[in-house]
Amino acid sequence: MRPMNKLVRLMRSSVLAGIFSAVLPFASVFAQGTEEPSLPHINWSFEGPFGTYDLAAAQRGFQIYKDICANCHSMNYLHYRDLSGIGLNEDQIKAIAASVEVPGGVNDSGQPITRPGRPADTFKAPFPNEQAARAANNGAYPPDQSILVLARKGGADYIYAILTGYSEPPAGMKLQPGMSYNKYFPGHQIAMPQPLQDGSVQYADGTKPTLEQEAKDVVTFLAWAAEPEMVQRKQTGVRVVLFLLMLTGLTYALKRRVWADVH
Amino acid sequence: MVGLHKGEFQNSLVRWIDARLPVFTLMQKEYSAFPTPKNFNYFWNFGAIATVALLIMILTGIFLAMNYVPNSALAFESVQRIMRDVNYGWLIRYVHMNGASMFFIAVYIHIFRGIYYGSYKTPRELLWMLGVLILFLMMATAFMGYVLPWGQMSYWGATVITNLFSAFPLVGKAIVTWLWGGFSVDNPTLNRFFSLHYLLPFIIVAVVGLHVAALHVSGSNNPLGIDPKGPQDTVPFHPYYTIKDSVGLCVFLIVFAIFVFFAPNFFSNPDNSIPANPMMTPPEIVPEWYLLPYYAILRSVPNKLGGVLMMFGSIFILFFLPWLDTSPVRSAKFRPIFRQLVWLLVIDVLVLGEVGAHRPEGLWIIAGRVATAYYFLFFLVLLPIIGKLERPLPLPESISRPVLGPRSGGGGGPVAGGAPAKPMEKA
Repeated sequence: MRPMNKLVRLMRSSVLAGIFSAVLPFASVFAQGTEEPSLPHINWSFEGPFGTYDLAAAQRGFQIYKDICANCHSMNYLHYRDLSGIGLNEDQIKAIAASVEVPGGVNDSGQPITRPGRPADTFKAPFPNEQAARAANNGAYPPDQSILVLARKGGADYIYAILTGYSEPPAGMKLQPGMSYNKYFPGHQIAMPQPLQDGSVQYADGTKPTLEQEAKDVVTFLAWAAEPEMVQRKQTGVRVVLFLLMLTGLTYALKRRVWADVH
Repeated sequence: MVGLHKGEFQNSLVRWIDARLPVFTLMQKEYSAFPTPKNFNYFWNFGAIATVALLIMILTGIFLAMNYVPNSALAFESVQRIMRDVNYGWLIRYVHMNGASMFFIAVYIHIFRGIYYGSYKTPRELLWMLGVLILFLMMATAFMGYVLPWGQMSYWGATVITNLFSAFPLVGKAIVTWLWGGFSVDNPTLNRFFSLHYLLPFIIVAVVGLHVAALHVSGSNNPLGIDPKGPQDTVPFHPYYTIKDSVGLCVFLIVFAIFVFFAPNFFSNPDNSIPANPMMTPPEIVPEWYLLPYYAILRSVPNKLGGVLMMFGSIFILFFLPWLDTSPVRSAKFRPIFRQLVWLLVIDVLVLGEVGAHRPEGLWIIAGRVATAYYFLFFLVLLPIIGKLERPLPLPESISRPVLGPRSGGGGGPVAGGAPAKPMEKA
């Protein structure tokens, strides 16, 4: 037995002991750290490598956005023309755009004028600026919803959880004036009053507007709004990966042949 | 004719050019006939893979720059425009975004390979140091690139990192103001970061050129860490390694594509999808994953200046690796103690990465300090000592004959040897 080997073995065992004693306590620390309740998981139509948007749900979700969310939340990065992505046709889009008045430059005497919206316009924001939004919302600033799904940890699940997470505060918890209790919001006090209830909207397609259904629909719409390219992206991805797999196979076969004579 | 280069090319145009500018001879010599040890394993793919990653980053970056607006009021929106309205803008941006992570993965594996097989040892010290310089430039480039989308994490990351320089006594504050181009991270900062983010990759290309030039002087190391003894130990680079690198590259591209097309935001922080807001600090400011270990070292030191010095020191120390390691044996295959310590270093850096992602509280602080201590202990104390103490396993006679002589009681670890055909095909 060489002394070196002993040393190696000794180091190995002390190293392992060191790793375990260093790593084990992390588990408990980790568990302590997560006080937030875990998010309910919804089976979204857009999940997985082949997932696509449920367009009917996204259209219902747009209805909810337009009738409810848009009263406070902007979607500055979307244009009305983008709505073709959830299956609305040109006439519908023109009508939706024309229902708002947008700044139209100036007239011949230099006075600012407005005009009806066009498909090329961005979604009209509910407030002209942040101060106006805060003044109308008890000091809180409703975030832009264009990429809200990407901007929150937990994404679609988180927004669904917020929309369905309202309740009376637990006994003993005192809310600040104008605040609501929400199980999933960090700190549990949220400035947004419960936006959706059973029957908040009437769906034209006969879907029953329960709170859960409404939340699912509007989150589907918001997920589409955040990643309108997703379906094309995944479809391209399937083709790219299949191609690369084939290329890898061929390259490997060629590599075996090239190397066959090397000893 | 006097002064003209004599090549051996059939094509008359090629011969004409080559006589005046022997680029074809150069390619022929350095990439075709170049004698390369025949026993590379797949770890030797990562240099080529990193080069391709660099080219992908530059190409996608050029097209992004055509559509990006480096102005604090417009940057965030211009990124959204790229994602929504520029033809295949989402593809270009997601390739660039994930490409940074993929580039770092490739380079970190490349560095691990260099350490494990002792590729930094004589005569490859300069080659190694140029590589460390590339890593440093990559980190600077990646940091500045991350600022450009002007999201919350861009802004606050830039604020935290640039503020590090304020730790230096006397000149610190002035340096920070100078970096910012003002009194906080703002439009001038964004403008200069954009300019430098466009410039640095080309400097990286230049250093990569030197890195490769140095490699072609010393030739490649190999998994056995012994020099080729003659032509029987080498194969021409082409087609043997062009095809083998292609295999590794294809696998790399598959992983890359899976991220780009199916999980493009896997590596990103949700906070960076919120426009930069100087009035609101995010609950936690974390850098991208590839900088987390350094961030952990920074935060493990209770003193700000000390933390900054240790953080920069953790990379700076790598420049001296060729002299810190006192063992003449290159490959960890034949260094039983070194091998254990290197794997421990890998775990150590992973732990540092995990620590960097958490708030410095409770046991994360202790873990960070222990891991930081081991990192420096490994390079500054253990490497110089074990090089002297450790008794390496007997080295094989040559690459072609990796069979050992009488095995003198060696017990630990797999030894090189076995089938003579395709020796170290997959280590």
